[in-house]
Amino acid sequence: MYVAVKGGEAAISNAHALLADRRRGDRTVPALRLDQIIEQLGLAVDRAMGEGSLYDKELAALALVQARGDLIEAIFLVRAYRTTLPRFGYSRPIETGTMLIERRISATFKDLPGGQVLGPTFDYTHRLLDPSIVDGDVPAPVTRDAEAEPAPRVTDLLGRQGLMEPDGPTDPEREVGDLTREPLEFPLNRDLRLQALARGDEGFLLALGYSTQRGYGRTHPFVGEIRIGEVDVEFEVPELGFAVNLGRIRVTECQMVNQFKGSAKIPPQFTRGYGLVFGQAERKAMAMSLCDRALRAREFGEDIVAPAQDEEFVIAHSDNVQATGFVEHLKLPHYVDFQAELDLIRRMRAEHEGKQEAAE
Amino acid sequence: MQTASSNQNQPRKAALDTLAVAPSRALADLWDRWADKPDYAKVRGPEVGLVMVRGRAGGGGAPFNLGEASVSRASVRIASGQVGHGYCLGRDLAKAEVIAIIDALWQREAAAVEAEIIAPLQELTRVSTLKKQAEAAATKVDFFTMVRGDN
Repeated sequence: MYVAVKGGEAAISNAHALLADRRRGDRTVPALRLDQIIEQLGLAVDRAMGEGSLYDKELAALALVQARGDLIEAIFLVRAYRTTLPRFGYSRPIETGTMLIERRISATFKDLPGGQVLGPTFDYTHRLLDPSIVDGDVPAPVTRDAEAEPAPRVTDLLGRQGLMEPDGPTDPEREVGDLTREPLEFPLNRDLRLQALARGDEGFLLALGYSTQRGYGRTHPFVGEIRIGEVDVEFEVPELGFAVNLGRIRVTECQMVNQFKGSAKIPPQFTRGYGLVFGQAERKAMAMSLCDRALRAREFGEDIVAPAQDEEFVIAHSDNVQATGFVEHLKLPHYVDFQAELDLIRRMRAEHEGKQEAAE
Repeated sequence: MQTASSNQNQPRKAALDTLAVAPSRALADLWDRWADKPDYAKVRGPEVGLVMVRGRAGGGGAPFNLGEASVSRASVRIASGQVGHGYCLGRDLAKAEVIAIIDALWQREAAAVEAEIIAPLQELTRVSTLKKQAEAAATKVDFFTMVRGDN
């Protein structure tokens, strides 16, 4: 017999009121403003935008406060919000080669056009907690007047000599896959993999990237280049008949250079993994590029022996909103399912007892 | 990047690009100072939606969908008949509408709009870009070689 159960409305309502209270905390402490979060917790905002797959700093900051700083909950909120808005269309591909560069480094070339620009990095800091930053009193950064030197992508430099696998041809006829419109069907094209990786969970991709370094699908990576900065978003406006710039967004790009591949037709050349993420998200872009390269195993005819090379394993589990949804649903009432299990185990135990008694 | 734009659209595009990149407040301040504001009717919006931002595999290869960005847009018709369109990143309906009005005005009196609104905004963007470049340039590594004195 199935008995429907209702109840809990008052408890739920009071729980949400308690959540609001705990979120606000001590009322004598000033409430956070969104501009404070955008300015001072910028990398958390960037992560909520990147994995929320929606570039909007105010929304990401609001999501962070509403989620009490729980990043995955914030990402969930951002994803939910985006479903409420109409889609105007697709931008032209952004041009990372003409980025307004804030940081640009290469681990493979010391001297390169445009130079090694460290930018606002945690690298070379001592990782010692510094109580003095709480004062908020910081001098303006040092400036150096310099001719803006073009900084071509490192992979294009080596590519000219034929040592680097080229970006490959673009087929203008082929429709670009969009996982927000069509359910994923494996095996995937690289465009869909890159889309999934760009919004994938940083921790998951970091662990997988790390696993390739430790020997599970080794790819011998070098950071060809990391660049962080602003790019224009150009959008073809039908009513105008030409493309306009919608504004600038900050992105992080990582070019991972990996060991060689060649064939009867193509002499040995470096292969590449690619990472591109909203905001300043260097670790994520690096992890993405390691995973992108590992997932190209099929394309290069490599043996698929490690988790990071298993496309379905990686892509089907990289989305933290999906993952948290399925894991967290376990805490919801499963009274009826569990009742069935209880019945089953009682029957099994009765049979077991029956057999024991028969044996005696 | 602008290959598809014909030359004749280039000045209007440049104006729209400048307006979209400009900070909201700077644009609002300049618009406040515009003396002869036209009456206008809303043709569409202002409204907020999404544009799916694309990247390219490897930076220059086949396009892929990177993620969406919030975008505001508006279309207006000013009393003298010109229809203007405004687009900008973010959920900033007021900015999109002002851009649309200015775009309509630009079609009527480009020289005045260029002088009083576009040029100051371009200068603002130029200065802020230079500042960012100068701050980044100060973090550029100057390598030097250590000469060992054991000859």
